This record gives sequence, structure tokens and C-alpha cells, in this order.
Amino acid sequence: MRLKADLIGLQTIVYREYKRIMRIWMQTLLPPSITMTLYFIIFGNLIGKRIGQMDGFDYMQFIAPGLIMMSVITNSYGNVVSSFFGAKFGKHIEEMLVSPLPNSFIIIGHVAGGLMRGLLVGVAVTIIALFFTKLDVQHVWITISVVFLTSIVFSLAGFINAVFARDFDDIAIIPTFVLAPLTYLGGVFYSISLLPDFWQQVSKANPILYMVNAFRYGILGVSDIPIAWAYMIIGGFIVLLFSLSLYLMKTGRGIRE
Amino acid sequence: MKALSISGLQKTYANGVQALKGIDLEVEEGDFFALLGPNGAGKTTMIGIVTSLVNKTAGKVSVFDYDIDQDLDGAKACIGVVPQEINFNQFEKVSNVVLNQAGYYGIPRSLARKRAEKYLRQLQLWDKRQELSRTLSGGMKRRLMIARALVHEPRLLILDEPTAGVDIEIRRSMWDFIRRINEQGTTIILTTHYLEEAESLCRNVAIIDDGKIVVNDRMSRVLRKLQLETFIFNLSAEIDEAPTIDGFVVRQVDEHSLEIEIGPDQNLNQVFEQLSALGLTATSMRNKSNRLEELFMRLVESKNNHKGAGAGPRAVP
Repeated sequence: MRLKADLIGLQTIVYREYKRIMRIWMQTLLPPSITMTLYFIIFGNLIGKRIGQMDGFDYMQFIAPGLIMMSVITNSYGNVVSSFFGAKFGKHIEEMLVSPLPNSFIIIGHVAGGLMRGLLVGVAVTIIALFFTKLDVQHVWITISVVFLTSIVFSLAGFINAVFARDFDDIAIIPTFVLAPLTYLGGVFYSISLLPDFWQQVSKANPILYMVNAFRYGILGVSDIPIAWAYMIIGGFIVLLFSLSLYLMKTGRGIRE
Repeated sequence: MKALSISGLQKTYANGVQALKGIDLEVEEGDFFALLGPNGAGKTTMIGIVTSLVNKTAGKVSVFDYDIDQDLDGAKACIGVVPQEINFNQFEKVSNVVLNQAGYYGIPRSLARKRAEKYLRQLQLWDKRQELSRTLSGGMKRRLMIARALVHEPRLLILDEPTAGVDIEIRRSMWDFIRRINEQGTTIILTTHYLEEAESLCRNVAIIDDGKIVVNDRMSRVLRKLQLETFIFNLSAEIDEAPTIDGFVVRQVDEHSLEIEIGPDQNLNQVFEQLSALGLTATSMRNKSNRLEELFMRLVESKNNHKGAGAGPRAVP
């Protein structure tokens, strides 16, 4: 009985998030599509033609999976951090906190919102990529599972950022100074085999490298890292970040007085 | 059954401020209970703890026998809360504010729609249901928060200054509505700065000051403790100065009115007799201030005087 009621609560958050994404589609869906189109035109088409092949693929084909993953990561993160912090800032987070909805369902509901936006943008960017290059998916289930799980990781990360954030600057710091560098240096635009040994080892400390490469393996069948490692890292992050989110909600850090 | 039972409740904030210093309070099921106190006395902190928005430092809180440490979700399901500050999503439509809240409480969408219509109609917001909530007037926003708090039909409704900033006509219609909700069996705890509101609506009252309960009794008994009432008499003729009325303190307010203090052993007939003997006719009369307000002010003034004196127990009038 209680589970049924909790599922209605979860459904309410997911539906509310869906409506939010659609209501402000010019902020949520359109900008990443335009940005990625520019990436494809400039890096893929204009500069890419001079670069030649990378790992046996046209440069455009090589960067397409990375750009799709980059848009999924930034949009999953951005959706949850802005939605949850917005609720905190506007105090309507209290509507959920005073209700009997369990903390785990509040987290899952917001993660589902991040997943929804991440995947919608991912699909839009994939469609745009198909205008510029051909993508023959080599491993369908790896492609789907990696994008799905990576979106969950960054939705959870966005949730934690929102819990700690005290003002709007705080929700911009992590995406600008942590997420963007890690993504750009995470093998989106190049294979780490191009780097000297030392920097290859340094790059392997970047978890986004594993996610991008696992996704690229799903689509193109090539990767700089073992796929099993990617799943372990993604799974580990999901467990760690979900546990931390639960702990923060339980203790009320940044949410309750 | 007790709708709310609090014992030894303490709250010390991270900055060291001790907002609650050991509160003991019980509210019976079906009661209409006033929780009063000056700004910063601890009312909102106490409500925050009961509704789980504030973590307590020590003490026990039960809502309809659900201990918030043992079964917080059970306690939450019994409570509807209307906070002091507007806290709904101002970019949501009016109907969605209510429907989303119903969803968080696990109410199926079809039932939620019926209840949303019922309460939005009763609070004269049905015509606004498709509008963005930020476009509502201040009074409408307050009514929307009441509709939202009622959509899961709570057994205990906590109203934290529900009529702040609302004009008198709307305020009175809200009183009627809240009174009807109470008559239907919902226990109500009301905090307000409009003491007339508390006096006319509530059967029991607690006054909280400096983190402690200083008065907790039936409203009628509390009001009887009022030793002195001040009345304003409007006179038909002009007066140059305050007349002398034996046994009473009389002050002139203006050329047509007098302020007279009536003690516990005195009565209004004595005043009228003496006014008549002096050839003065009182055309109308009113309390200088609401009785509860007078009591409240004396309590606060008494506290401040004692603080100034630096010692001695606090006197309750």
C-alpha cells in the first residue's frame, strides 16, 4: 500500500520534470543541439578533413560518439542541478520534504529527469550527427547501457552539487571548472594513443575517458580502454553517488535547518 | 487522542542560537489551538521540527501517536502545513501546485483532481486554475497554500500566519473556511500576529517566548487573567479636559472621547452612572485593543522590564 503511494509520488516528480524540460525546451533541448551542430561543422567537417583518420575512422566518425556522450553528460548534470537547486532556492523543495515520500524516491525522481533530458539531447545530437557521417552501431546493448548508466552517474552528481549549492554561482562552478575540463580531456576529440606514455597514464585517472570510450566501442567497435573497466567504474560511481545522496537527504545537509 | 505531543523539545542552531529551550506541549484531537509569541520566539522553529523541515537537538515529538523518530512518514501523512512564506513553484499553474502535492502524498491522479477542484472552488481559486501561480495576488497565494495543504485531507492542519498581508474581507472569509474545516474534525494549530483572529477562532492557546512556553491554557481562562481592560467612550458633547470619575483612571483622548481603565472588581455600570451624574452622554464604546493583544503586550512588556531589572521571575498577567 505504502509502496503504491510512493510510486505515485515518484511518477509525480518524473512527470513534473518532463513538463519542465518541455516547457523550457529553448533552454533545455535547443542550445545543446545548436552547439553540437557547430562542433560537427567546425571540428568534424572543416578541421576534420585536414586531420585525416583516427583509429581507422574518419575524424567526423571518430568524434561523433564522443560529442553525443559529452552532450548527454552535461545535460543530465545540468538538468538535475538546476531543477533541484531551483526548488531549494524557491523553497518549493519543502513540498516534497514535508510529504511522506521517501528520500530515495525523491532522488530517483530527479535522476529520472536528468536521464530524460540527457537521452533526449543524446537522440537529437545523434540525429544531427547522421547528417554529417554514417554511424553503424557495432554493439547495440553496450551503446544503450553505457549511455543510460553514464547519464545516471551525472544526474546523481548534479543532485549532490544542488544539495551543497548555496547560490547560483555554486551550480556553475563544478560544470565549468571540473566537468568541462574532464570531458574535453576525456577522449572526446582524440585517442589517448596519440599522447606520450605519462599523459596516457594521467588520462586514465579521468573517469569520463572510460565512459566516452565504452560508448565509442559500442558504436565504432574501438576503445582505448578495456570495456569491463568502464562498467566497473560507472557502476562504482552510481553506488557511491546514490549512497552519498541518500546520506545528504537523511541528514538534511543543505536542505533542512 | 493527542494530535500533537511534544516533550523536552530543544533546538540549538549551528550558530549557537538556542531557539527552543525545552518545550512541552499537547494538543488534543479536534482542537483549534493558537500558538502565539513575538517574532523570534521559536514558533516557526517548533513548526519546522514537527513538519520535519528542521532537525531537532533534543526531545520527543509525536503526531497522532506517530513518533517522528520512529515513524516519520506516518507522522508526515497526518500533517498539512501552510507556511509563513510562499513556497510553491511560482512557474507552475495553480492546479498543478495542488495536484503535485497530492502526488507526493500518494493520492491517485483521478482522486487528486476531484479534491483539487473541491478545495480550489471552496477557496475561490477555481477560475484561476489555469493561470501561473506567480500571477496571483498575495491573498490568493495564501489561499492556494491552504488548498495545497488540504488536498491530502490531513488530520492536523498547521497554519503559520495564514492571513498575513491579507485584506480584512478575505481574512474573514478565510476564518470561516478554517472554522468549517475544524468543525469537520481537523485539528488546527494556528500561529498569527492578528490576536483578534486567535481570540475569535481558538479554544486553547499557548504563548511561546524566548524558546519557552510561558502560557498554556484554555483561551477563556487566559483572557480572565487579564486584570485590567481599557475602553474608549465616545461622548455626544465636547469636553475641555478629562472629568474625574471616582475610583477610575480617566484620560482624555480628544474633545469627544475618553479612555477609561476598568479593573477586575469594577464594572461598566459604575462608569455610566458617574458619566450621567456629570451630564455626559456616551454615544458608543469600544475596547481600546483586543483583549488577547492587551494580555500579550503585557506579557512582553513584563519580560522586557524584568530583563531591564536584571533579575526576578517572569510575571504572567
